[in-house]
Amino acid sequence: MSVSVPLMPLDQSFTGRTYPPTRPYVVGREKIREFARAIGDANPAYDDVDAARALGHPDLVAPPTFAIVVSLSAAHQVVLDPALGLDYSRVVHGEQRFEVSRPIHAGDELTVIVTVEKIRSVAGNDIITTRGDIATTSGEKVVTAYSTLVSRAPDEVQA
Amino acid sequence: MTLVSYADVEVGQPLPTRSFPITRADLVRYAGASGDFNPIHWNERFARSVGLPDVIAHGMFTMATAARAVTDWVGDPGAVVDYGVRFTRPVVVPDDGTGALLQVEAVVGDKLDGNLVRVDLTARSDDDKVLGMARMVVRLP
Repeated sequence: MSVSVPLMPLDQSFTGRTYPPTRPYVVGREKIREFARAIGDANPAYDDVDAARALGHPDLVAPPTFAIVVSLSAAHQVVLDPALGLDYSRVVHGEQRFEVSRPIHAGDELTVIVTVEKIRSVAGNDIITTRGDIATTSGEKVVTAYSTLVSRAPDEVQA
Repeated sequence: MTLVSYADVEVGQPLPTRSFPITRADLVRYAGASGDFNPIHWNERFARSVGLPDVIAHGMFTMATAARAVTDWVGDPGAVVDYGVRFTRPVVVPDDGTGALLQVEAVVGDKLDGNLVRVDLTARSDDDKVLGMARMVVRLP
């Protein structure tokens, strides 16, 4: 049982908002190695530069979901904005998609432009979808990350 | 490394089924590596206070783990051109010395133009289907 709070819909005026590019994120080899270890993935292309190069990569390649490291903190500028009205303590991840123009590599300098794609309310759950356009600082498209977060309605019974 | 080639793949072909144990320690490590420190992924008291049954895995940890069923098969993780999932049920990770078990099945769903192959994934924990519409598109040599 959780404390009931008044239902306050999200501020719809956030829909369509686009935020300025984030400060460049420099992808380091050790960060890729750390992330790969954290997901338990021993693929040599995440750890051994020669193995990555043998597959045609310029340096270590990042796991497909590594883009979340860059896009999640970028999305925080939206979802943690008190003016939006999202109860982050009740947030779970609803959907995630990555469209990959090219894989992320060690040495990339990435920025993210976040856009609020959709805001809706279903059965008391507040749902927001953001798009993060991840590109290099020289303007090369890398990954588009779509994230849907769900703030679960208070007192919802979870099995 | 022997790479799977487009010509050798058939629609309906199953990939090797995989089982991945998930413990609290995995979630703590993932929180640190990803920067997602939401306490529902490591603090049982907090998780229960917001109506969850226990600590649950990061959806992104589940998504990353399920991806291995395909990337280990393909060999080159750079082959992934699209990967999307819905998080339909939480992966509950109890602090009981065992944790959870993620079972991942994958099958070739379609062969597309441009040497692209769509793989459809099914991920279960405790008999619950935890991912929906889980699809990865890879470009094969």
